[in-house]
Amino acid sequence: MRIIDNGNEEIRRPEDEEITVKRCLGERYVGCGMKNGTLHVEGIPGNALASYLDGGTVYVDGNAQDAAADTMNAGLLAIKGSAGDALAYGMRGGRVYVLGDAGYRAGVHMKAYEDKKSILVIGGRAGSFLGEYLAGGIIIVLGLGNEGRDITGYFCGNGMYAGTIYLRTEKQPLNLSDKLIKRNVDENEKENILCPIIKDFASVFSIPVERCLEGGFIAIEADKSKTYSQLYAAV
Amino acid sequence: MRKEGEVRISSGCAISGIFCRDGKRITGEAIKKSIAVMHNRSNGLGGGFAAYGIYPQYKDYFALHIFYDSQTSREESERFLAKRFDIINLSKIPVRQTPMISDAPLIWRYFITPLPHLLQDSQLDEDEYTSRATIMINDSIDGAYVVSCGKDMGVFKAVGYPEDVADFYRIEEYEGYSWTAHGRYPTNTPGWWAGSHPFSLLDLTVVHNGEISSYDANRRAVEMYGYSCNLLTDTEVITYILDYLTRKQGLTLKESSEVIAAPFWTTIAIKDEEERIRLSYLRKMFSSFLITGPFSILVGFRGGMMALNDRLKLRSLVAAEKGNVVYFSSEEAAIRVIEDNPDRIWAPRGGEAVIATLNGEAGL
Amino acid sequence: MRYRIRKDDSCISCLRCVRECSFGAITAESGKALAFHHDKCTDCQRCVSFCPAGAIYITEDENRFRKNAVFSDDEIKEILLQAETGGVLLSSMGASGKNVPIYFDKMLLNASQVTNPSIDPLREPMETAVFLGRRPEKAERDISGRIIDNLPPHLELRTPVMFSAMSYGAISLNVHKALAAAAEKLGTYWNTGEGGLHESLYPYKKNTIVQVASGRFGVHETYLNTAAAIEIKIGQGAKPGIGGHLTGRKIIGDVSKTRMVPEGLDAISPAPHHDIYSIEDLAQLVMSIKEVTGHRKPVIVKVAAVHNIAPIASGIARSGADIISIDGYRGGTGAAPKRIRDNVGIPIELAIASVDQRLREERIRDRVSVIASGGIRNSSDAVKAIALGADAVSIGTAALCALGCHICASCHTGRCAWGLATQDPELTKRLDTEKGAERLVNLVNAWTREIKEIMGGMGINSIEALRGNRMALCGIDLNAKELEILGIRYAGE
Repeated sequence: MRIIDNGNEEIRRPEDEEITVKRCLGERYVGCGMKNGTLHVEGIPGNALASYLDGGTVYVDGNAQDAAADTMNAGLLAIKGSAGDALAYGMRGGRVYVLGDAGYRAGVHMKAYEDKKSILVIGGRAGSFLGEYLAGGIIIVLGLGNEGRDITGYFCGNGMYAGTIYLRTEKQPLNLSDKLIKRNVDENEKENILCPIIKDFASVFSIPVERCLEGGFIAIEADKSKTYSQLYAAV
Repeated sequence: MRKEGEVRISSGCAISGIFCRDGKRITGEAIKKSIAVMHNRSNGLGGGFAAYGIYPQYKDYFALHIFYDSQTSREESERFLAKRFDIINLSKIPVRQTPMISDAPLIWRYFITPLPHLLQDSQLDEDEYTSRATIMINDSIDGAYVVSCGKDMGVFKAVGYPEDVADFYRIEEYEGYSWTAHGRYPTNTPGWWAGSHPFSLLDLTVVHNGEISSYDANRRAVEMYGYSCNLLTDTEVITYILDYLTRKQGLTLKESSEVIAAPFWTTIAIKDEEERIRLSYLRKMFSSFLITGPFSILVGFRGGMMALNDRLKLRSLVAAEKGNVVYFSSEEAAIRVIEDNPDRIWAPRGGEAVIATLNGEAGL
Repeated sequence: MRYRIRKDDSCISCLRCVRECSFGAITAESGKALAFHHDKCTDCQRCVSFCPAGAIYITEDENRFRKNAVFSDDEIKEILLQAETGGVLLSSMGASGKNVPIYFDKMLLNASQVTNPSIDPLREPMETAVFLGRRPEKAERDISGRIIDNLPPHLELRTPVMFSAMSYGAISLNVHKALAAAAEKLGTYWNTGEGGLHESLYPYKKNTIVQVASGRFGVHETYLNTAAAIEIKIGQGAKPGIGGHLTGRKIIGDVSKTRMVPEGLDAISPAPHHDIYSIEDLAQLVMSIKEVTGHRKPVIVKVAAVHNIAPIASGIARSGADIISIDGYRGGTGAAPKRIRDNVGIPIELAIASVDQRLREERIRDRVSVIASGGIRNSSDAVKAIALGADAVSIGTAALCALGCHICASCHTGRCAWGLATQDPELTKRLDTEKGAERLVNLVNAWTREIKEIMGGMGINSIEALRGNRMALCGIDLNAKELEILGIRYAGE
């Protein structure tokens, strides 16, 4: 094993190399801007983990703190524990998988652009303001082990104007904005859109996929008839 | 440049807290280690600690920690105190010289108790009597500043990084059942020791991360009730609001948290009727004390600690438990560094107070 | 002869302007040729708005008296008029004191940058609900330790903007209808003014504030109980210390019935309430109103902003009133002596600042609510008034503008061409009440959105955190004394 002084520099450089970071404890910017290769993180990485991630793969065996996957562009961030607040803010592409819970403001202003489509899957529950300002991409909350409970907090999807939030629940999210549409997901959509993503999610964490797909899903999308432009009057 | 109090300075921060529910007293080592992990949330312009249970041999007396700019201000303050209190013990607070901490004021500690006949004449209880006396020192004696004045507790703060402040005050030599810590990131460099945090009033101490947008509405409201916000900091106004709501209005800390981080009306609307009426009442009755904008705070009090986030949870806050010990921090890593295998670790929701008290004691 | 009416070649001689002009300024001779009577024109812009060809122009008369540094044109005209008639000059709408600063324009608002986040009100929760009423000094608990709801009745506003008192008689029933319907839709309140409440508006009870003024027109038990709150009017900003006089010409039909004044008889509002000669008498009236309404409704006391407004407000707060409404120097009116309108009272900005500060110094600011009015023109004025210390604002002139008023200040003539300040059935029908209500709703909704936008910029997501938050304001072009009274710092300080 090599001891590396300037860790992040080293992590960014390698091509298709596997690196393991051990005893991580609050160190910020781990895997920041990583283009390729695979990084295994043991312990608790600090804020801004995998920010600007650009194609590399980051596995975290513990919990992540705030602002993970910030402005991520491509690649995979898989967190076996839970994530803090502001997960995947402004993410444009790639996959973020969290097996546990996510804090407040997960997936705020996630986007899609040309061939890029950001995907965020949360195995447990999400805090308030999930997918606020959502501008594209897909957010899935599975609520594993929380069946029958609310799996999102307040103000889910507030102000979203594109993209879709899927929730594995029968329950209406708490105080859902009247500018959003909630619908039940049919078998066809489940099969074609959700299944491939959730299968991938399950295989990353080696958990049974059937459990993740059990029961019905609801989808939340912006009500296109209620645009914000109608609120303005030019002087 | 103008000092804190002459101008309002905003700052970002790190906070950390440890509370032993069984009353076990631990040294300051752990809290120092915890706050040090979040070094880059501070910028070396303020750090401090509050500790409870550190003066068991003097636990019935008010413990005053005072900063002096000069011997003259010390002499004046001591004359002032001697006229109103029985001074049981006084000493310099022992410090360790370190290159990281400079421009230290004179730092003294007193254990005092109000002179019985004066206390009786004042028609005040001893808490109010003492808090008024300390406010008078801060307001009227030039170069003197009372850092803390509660019983069996004390505040240790300075300009510097919190871990250096810990070394300076030798906090590893103190043992307490409750510790909070603060690392400060002010947007300005007043370099004034008194401006560091924790801020305290009697037994109440507050460490805070964030900047509140309701500041002047809150300040002008609380000043109506005899408080004077000299430092113009959020921490100061939050401390006074909590003191007012708990000590003067008789609210519990949980109720106080439902005032300052009140749920949104839309959230109140979906509660059951009794809860709806209760929460609406608190919002309407104490509307001047709603705090908006980001904050996470740790409130230390005699026998307990409360952690609270603003209602939108705009600042991070993590809580954990291991046996009888409760941990709070701005970042999970700051907890893991002192307890790598907690029984439970979670992020309290916005506006949802987490209150830990000594076993067998009811909370405030 | 203040204005001159002209037309250009595009006139199609449709005579629409003749039909629209209610002041007799445009007539048609021999049924075809237009005749302009410039001296009768009030520049109300009705003809201009309705001319299908866009052919009419109203301009200020270019014939003027010789320029004089002391005696302006208007001064000389007024002297001539008074020399001729011996009359007190009568006017309407708000003060036109040109040298009295509009302090709203000399205050700028703050916004968040970096140290705390601004908030997007379209997407994040942003609360504008206001509760107006008294608050007890202390929270109380029952024996089981549960908190008791010991709050007296409150008004609940979804937005901090309400409609000012304008009486039936001064304005038409249609205007009342539009205001009432809009208030209901908006979740705010309209105010009857002192002329009683027409029976057809009883269904709007939940959003109605009824007024009790010195004339006590139309005041009876049912009236007082057909309201969400009762307002005792001591004075108004346009004419502090002056009573009212609605001429017998306007006391016809339903106006007479609603005011309970015989047709054709003048309706005189005495200058003071003759049962209130001192502050303890006010307390008596407040209590008698509370008695007759079963202590179920908040009582508002409305006063004009005058020199010693701060102690007056403090006295009102201690009189048992739940809400203090302060109407500033620029407040409007249906008729007032011009000299009074333009020379008495103080601007609302200074009044609110000093009242709020005084009530805090006396530790009673949290006990009562404060409404500011008198020259609130837009949402930023409202925000500034609240940051100075008001709980909510009230709009009169701006509401009338939403209904068509162009502020020609001729309300006192009773010939309002827009059909607002008149009882002439031919004119009042010009206001479509439903459309009018919709326009009022639009206006207040737009302001509310703007208020949220401004609050969001400051990182404030609930209106109570803005109230009295003077650090949200800074001053421009103000002297040290003005800054001191407003309790704000200079920009950049």
